[in-house]
Amino acid sequence: MAVFNLNINGTKQQVDVDPKTPVLWVLREHLNLTGTKYGCGVAACGACTIHLDGTAVRSCQLPVVAIGSKAVTTIEGLSENGDHRLQKAWLEHDVPQCGYCQGGQVMSAAALLKSKPSPTDEDIDAAMSGNICRCGTYVRIKAAIKTAAKL
Amino acid sequence: MKQAKSTTSRRSFLKVSALASGGIMLSFNFWAEAKPLPGKQLTDSKDWVELNGYIKITPDNVIKILNPNPEFGQNVMTTLPMIVAEELDADWQKVVVEMGPHDNVKLGPQFTGGSNSTRMYWKPLRDAGAAVRQMLMQAAAQTWSVPAEEVTTKAGMLYHEKSGKSGTYGDFASKASVIPVPKGVKLKDPKDFKIVRNSKKNVEGLKIVTGKPLFGLDYTQEGMLIAMIEHPPAFGMKLKSFDASETLKMPGIKDVFGQKLYEDGYEQAGFDTRTFNDLLVVVGKTTWEVMNARKKLKVTWEPISESKETIAGFRGKREVIVPAGLESTSTQLAKMVEYSKMPAEQLRKDGDPETAFKNAAQIIERTYTAPFLAHNCMEPMNFFAHVTDDSALLIGPHQAPGWIEPTLSKILNLPVDKIEIRMARMGGGFGLRAYGHYVTEAALISKKIKAPVKLVYSREDDMTYGIYRPMYTATYRAALDANKNLIAFHLKGGGIPEHAVHANRFPAGAIDNYLAEGWAIPSNITIGAFRAPGSNFNGATEQAFLDELAEAMGKDPIDFRLELLKRAKENPVGKNNEYDVDRYAGVLNLIKEKSGWNNPENKKYSRGVAAYFCHNSYAAHVIDMLKKDGKPYVERVFSTIDCGIVVNPDAATNMVQGAVVDGIGNALYGELTHKDGVPEQNNFNRYRMIRMREAPKSIEVHFVENNIDPTGLGEPPFPPVFAAVANALYKSMGKRFYSQPFSKEIGGA
Ligand code: FES
Ligand code: FES
Repeated sequence: MAVFNLNINGTKQQVDVDPKTPVLWVLREHLNLTGTKYGCGVAACGACTIHLDGTAVRSCQLPVVAIGSKAVTTIEGLSENGDHRLQKAWLEHDVPQCGYCQGGQVMSAAALLKSKPSPTDEDIDAAMSGNICRCGTYVRIKAAIKTAAKL
Repeated sequence: MKQAKSTTSRRSFLKVSALASGGIMLSFNFWAEAKPLPGKQLTDSKDWVELNGYIKITPDNVIKILNPNPEFGQNVMTTLPMIVAEELDADWQKVVVEMGPHDNVKLGPQFTGGSNSTRMYWKPLRDAGAAVRQMLMQAAAQTWSVPAEEVTTKAGMLYHEKSGKSGTYGDFASKASVIPVPKGVKLKDPKDFKIVRNSKKNVEGLKIVTGKPLFGLDYTQEGMLIAMIEHPPAFGMKLKSFDASETLKMPGIKDVFGQKLYEDGYEQAGFDTRTFNDLLVVVGKTTWEVMNARKKLKVTWEPISESKETIAGFRGKREVIVPAGLESTSTQLAKMVEYSKMPAEQLRKDGDPETAFKNAAQIIERTYTAPFLAHNCMEPMNFFAHVTDDSALLIGPHQAPGWIEPTLSKILNLPVDKIEIRMARMGGGFGLRAYGHYVTEAALISKKIKAPVKLVYSREDDMTYGIYRPMYTATYRAALDANKNLIAFHLKGGGIPEHAVHANRFPAGAIDNYLAEGWAIPSNITIGAFRAPGSNFNGATEQAFLDELAEAMGKDPIDFRLELLKRAKENPVGKNNEYDVDRYAGVLNLIKEKSGWNNPENKKYSRGVAAYFCHNSYAAHVIDMLKKDGKPYVERVFSTIDCGIVVNPDAATNMVQGAVVDGIGNALYGELTHKDGVPEQNNFNRYRMIRMREAPKSIEVHFVENNIDPTGLGEPPFPPVFAAVANALYKSMGKRFYSQPFSKEIGGA
């Protein structure tokens, strides 16, 4: 066990955990931030996507010891009132079905828009194909990203 | 289930309502009200007046509608309350929605399955809304001393035109709540619908996109422990012994123990699944610690011997043989070939198919196969349980808690009214979450450790547990006479451990000589309902075969189906034809129009069409493929659906789009194979799921407009997708595809 001082959604947080603990589980079970989902644990589904200094990463494969002072943003911290342009676009297109994958989808999309403000279909395919949606909402996800890009 | 409340008189209920609803609110704040109103902060009001099981209203006119049914993405949280709100004549803007308690007495059957949610709740929810509206009108009439017939309503308001009096529903809620609930209140004419048929946004949308804790796996409470189960690495194995000494030394670990799921001789109910009955349980403080500690277990597994299970399902008791042995996909495939040559059970016979085949000028015979499929709900199985000596609280994702409750009562030795189940939003279900193993496991673990516990399946646990879509095969034969008329049709289907034949579906009823047969091979690999059970293979193959048949007969595939339907309408063959000819033809005619089937501009696409009837509704698709780097991909899809009245059109469209993507994904990639009993795919790095880059660019959905009561939507669009994919692939590649998943034969990535 070791103490880590983390910067999560702009707030300092302290946890005392095994250094190898994935950030996913630190968020979910030590900090009660359950918006970051467990889907596979092997970086193959994207449900656990967070931002590390603005870059999308799979938190299930990221040991807490590896993040140092980098800023972590989770879906809970993406915007103050759920009014990030992607969140707005997601609601406009009524994207979710079961909803389980959607936090991870939005986080992947947010990182994409940061690096590519007007993504093409191919950009979206490349950035979003690491995120599985078992309910099959891909058409709407793509439409929502395009809408958000214009907001 | 709480059963006592329905016996409380309305008046006394009102008196205790502050307490009762306060209590309910408290216990439900994990999934508290959905659909926050713009600019309006909803505080938990102790002034809720309950008007019936579904409706509560505050004096300041906030209307709360309880969704009775488990939500797994079919959007019942929004759609079902819309039905209540419609007949109540409520202002949707002022409606908040809450997940109802599990209470089959007050809130009906409460199960999500068989595409039944909207279908089974349509009438009861309309009645509930209409009755409360009537009670409010009477309350207003009494107060205003005017005849009740002269009171009108509009968007949550009551009016008496002559006197100019008006008031909100909230003003009269209290008074209305003591009026006896009227029966048989006249319902709206569908032409007057204002909420139903008008798309409403998902009431939980904001919570979903802001990551609020909605799902079972998100649930936590003070002192809660985490449990995981180490199950055998292979079907056909069971626990022999274990050494947990190293595991127990790991940080956070509380306990490791063996636990029987069902005692010997236990008679299973229909949804009491038990792939593995001897559980090896690891309990600890956090999921990560338990996952880690499991790696230190030293376990000896041993082969099972053949056993017999008695299962008391919906259709009575049946004995199931669970054979011993470690099965492999290659040997299973060989076995299916062997069995398909043996005599099978006759399921339907019309005319004299034997003679017709003997006299045929041409016989077309094709055999199709499909593998086991894992459900792969994005949220792995999990359940919270807190069992004490005299009560049990269970919280989590389940499609039909009422089917598991009697089992819990039996194994926990507690009366049903001491068991409370709360329904979390499910991260997918697809049929798997209708089964009870993970719920009963959680309950037994909590009972044993005497603590609140959440049972968590890792993705690997989830994918390798079984309850798969069965492995299927089917051989279709068609007899043509010298003039290329279809004179006989033969379907012989088999599977491990059950077949997919729906003998009374189209084209039964349209062909003079018809034979359907089925057979099955027992297996120790467990299976369960998977989106449109049976239909998802029956429809996939029948509709691919018809495509090939149409071609052999020199006919357009849509016109060929319409001709058969015409025959079934004018002069139906046999009895028990399940489908409605006009509705079936309706979706075909509509797909022809909407897809521009005969439009020469669409010649650039490789187009595949298919249609199907199941779960009371009708669906047709046209899939348009193009090629990239020489390889076919789905560019766009057209879908037409007849599911009766569409309550929430945009949400319904979303569900159809999802079914299309699901169908394309499973047709091309879905596969769970075994080697010596071991599932060869245990996570998403090995089990290929459809992803964004493989999804169509557009899926255009059209609904047949009619005033038929809703007939179901989650499953019907799914089966024909497989066939539309196969038929489009044929157009693109010039060869037919008979074995799912098709991507293997397309080659490359
Ligand atoms: S849980 Fe991290 S990618 Fe699946
Ligand atoms: S909405 Fe269910 S997995 Fe994406």
